[in-house]
Amino acid sequence: MSENETTPTPRASRHPTQNEPLLFERSAPGKRGVQLPPLDVPAADLSQLGGAVRAEIADFPELSELEIVRHYTRLSTWNYGVDTGIYPLGSCTMKYNARINERVAAMEGLGDGHPLQPAELSQGALRLMRLLSEYLLEITGMEAITLQPAAGAHGEMTGILLARALLASRGNARRAILIPDSAHGTNPATAAIAGYEVRNLRSNAEGTVDVADLDRVMTEDVAALMLTNPNTLGVFEEDIHKIAELVHARGGLLYMDGANMNALVGRARPGDFGVDVMHLNLHKTFSTPHGGGGPGSGPVAVKKELEPFLPVPVIVPGVGGALALDYDRPQSIGRVKAFYGNFGMFVRALAYIMANGCDGLKQTTEDAVLNANYVRHHLRDVYDLPYPTPSMHECVFSDKRQTAQGVRTGDIAKRLIDYGFHPYTVSFPLIVHGAMMIEPTESAPREELDEFIAAMRAIAREVETDPELVRSAPHSTRVGRMDEVRAARQPILRWKPAGR
Amino acid sequence: MASYPSQYRYTKEHEWISAEDGRGTVGITDYAQQQLGDVVYVEMPKTGAELKSAQAFGTVESVKAVSEIFSPVSGKVEEVNPDLTAAPELINQDPHGRGWLVKVQLANPAELDSLMSAAEYEQFIAAQRLD
Repeated sequence: MSENETTPTPRASRHPTQNEPLLFERSAPGKRGVQLPPLDVPAADLSQLGGAVRAEIADFPELSELEIVRHYTRLSTWNYGVDTGIYPLGSCTMKYNARINERVAAMEGLGDGHPLQPAELSQGALRLMRLLSEYLLEITGMEAITLQPAAGAHGEMTGILLARALLASRGNARRAILIPDSAHGTNPATAAIAGYEVRNLRSNAEGTVDVADLDRVMTEDVAALMLTNPNTLGVFEEDIHKIAELVHARGGLLYMDGANMNALVGRARPGDFGVDVMHLNLHKTFSTPHGGGGPGSGPVAVKKELEPFLPVPVIVPGVGGALALDYDRPQSIGRVKAFYGNFGMFVRALAYIMANGCDGLKQTTEDAVLNANYVRHHLRDVYDLPYPTPSMHECVFSDKRQTAQGVRTGDIAKRLIDYGFHPYTVSFPLIVHGAMMIEPTESAPREELDEFIAAMRAIAREVETDPELVRSAPHSTRVGRMDEVRAARQPILRWKPAGR
Repeated sequence: MASYPSQYRYTKEHEWISAEDGRGTVGITDYAQQQLGDVVYVEMPKTGAELKSAQAFGTVESVKAVSEIFSPVSGKVEEVNPDLTAAPELINQDPHGRGWLVKVQLANPAELDSLMSAAEYEQFIAAQRLD
C-alpha cells in the first residue's frame, strides 16, 4: 500500500453545516419561497382592521424554499437521539421506540380518528383503550385505571388527588405526604400542588427506606407515602411488604411512582406488594417517544376503593356489546386532560406490548437489569459505587475518586459527549454526592455497551493523566462549554437583530 | 481553606451569625458556598420580617441547586444586604464578610448558646467531608 492510502481522512470541524445562522440572519428583502399570482380581486384596506394589524411581526425573515429546507435539515443533524446512539440518562428509560409502533399509529382509522366523533363511530379506538387498560392492569396487578394524564408528573398529581378524594370521603383528607430523600423532585412538587405538607423520609445505609424511621414518622395525619420502586438508586425496596403494611395500618395510602417500572414488568406487580395507587410512564416503560418527541402519557392505576374517583369519562360496556363513555360519576375528581388523553401514545404502547408478548416483556425487563449490571460490573473498579446494594435497571456511581483531581460528575458527562455518547444523569439522586446515574435500558446491544464502558474507562484514565482535558470538555462539538454562571446571572432570553 | 471567625456562631445548616448588643448579622459559611458553587440569585425576606430560629427565611440559588437558608435565631429583620441583588457572587467571594444576608434584632439572645463555636463547626464539617 502506498503511504497515501494509510493516511486517515482528515476531519473537518468548521463545516458550514455546523455553523448555521438563524433564519432572521439569513433574511434578505425580496427572497421568497412561492410566487403568488397577481391579485384578481380588489386589494383589501387593512386600515379597517384597526388595532388588529400587528406591526411587530413585520420583520419576518424572507428566504427561499431551499434555504428553509437546508436550515431545518442541518438543524436536524445536530440532534442526538435514541436512533443515533446509546442514551444512558438514568431514571429516564430512554429505550428504542420501535418502528412498528409508528406504523400502527399511522393507520388511517387510528391516525385520522377525531375525538369529537360520537362513541358509536369510535368503537375501534375505545376497544383499543380498553384493551390497553386491561394489559396495563395485568402488568401492574392493579384493579382500575385512567389513561388521561399526559405525563408522569401529571399522573402523580392525578394519583394524589385520587388519594385525597378517597381520604376526604372517609372524613379526613389528612395533612402531609411522606417522601424519601431519594425521590424525584416531582414527588414533593405534586404533594405541594395537591395541598399537602411534604415530610422527608431518610434513606438507610443500603439506600432504601428506613422502616424504623417510617414507623416514627408515619403518623395519623399522613395521607400517603410516595415511593419509587425500584428507587432512584436502582435498588429494589425489599421491605416493601412491611412498608405497605405499616402505611395501611395507620390509615394511609401507598403511592408508587412508576418511573422505574422497566425493572418490574413481567416479574413483579405493584398491586401484589401493597401499592394502592401508581402512575406509569408510557414514554418510558412502554416505548412511546420521550422528551421533545412526545407527547408523554402517564396512566394512573388504582385499587378498587379508588375507582369511583377516577377522572371522567370512563369507558364502560354499552348496549349490544358496544362500548360507551360514562360521564355520570358523582365522586369523580373530574377531567384532568382534554378528551381522553394522548391517544396516539395508547396505540404505540399497545403495539409495543403486543409485539413483545408476555415472554418478550419479561425478557425486556431481564435484559434491562442485565445491561445495568454489566455496566456496573465493568466500571466499579474505576468509579466509586456509593451503595453496594444490588442494582436493578440502573446503577449509580459517584465522582468521589475523580474529585481528588478536581474533576466532577458534570465534567465527565461533558467529556462523554466527545466520545460520541449522550451523558448519563448528572448529580441525581440527591442522596449521592456527585452522582453519575446510568440506565442503559434493554435497547443497548452488548457491542455498544462495551464501547460506552471503554469510553468511561478512558475518561477515568484521562482524569489521572490530563484532568484539564476533562475539566474543559467537550472539545469535539459545535460549541464548547457554556458559561453556565453567566447564563444564569445575565440571561439573554430573546434574540434581537444587531444594532437594535 | 478559609478560616471561620472565632467570634461567630454556626448552625448545622451552615449559616453563621455575628452578634453584639442584641443585634446579629447572618450569612452562609464558606463551606456552604463551596458546596453550592457559583451563586446566581438570592431571595431574602423584607425588612421588618419576623424570623424564627431554625426556620427557612430565604433561598440561595446556584448553578447547581436551590437551597433554603435557615435562621440561626429568632428576631426581626432590620436590614437586608442591598448589594446581593446586583452581585450575588459576593457570597462566593467573601461569605463571612461582604456576602452577609440580613441583620437581625434578636428576640432571644440566649438562643446563641445553642449554636456551634468556630472550632465545633470546623469539626462538624470535617466529619461531613469524610462521609
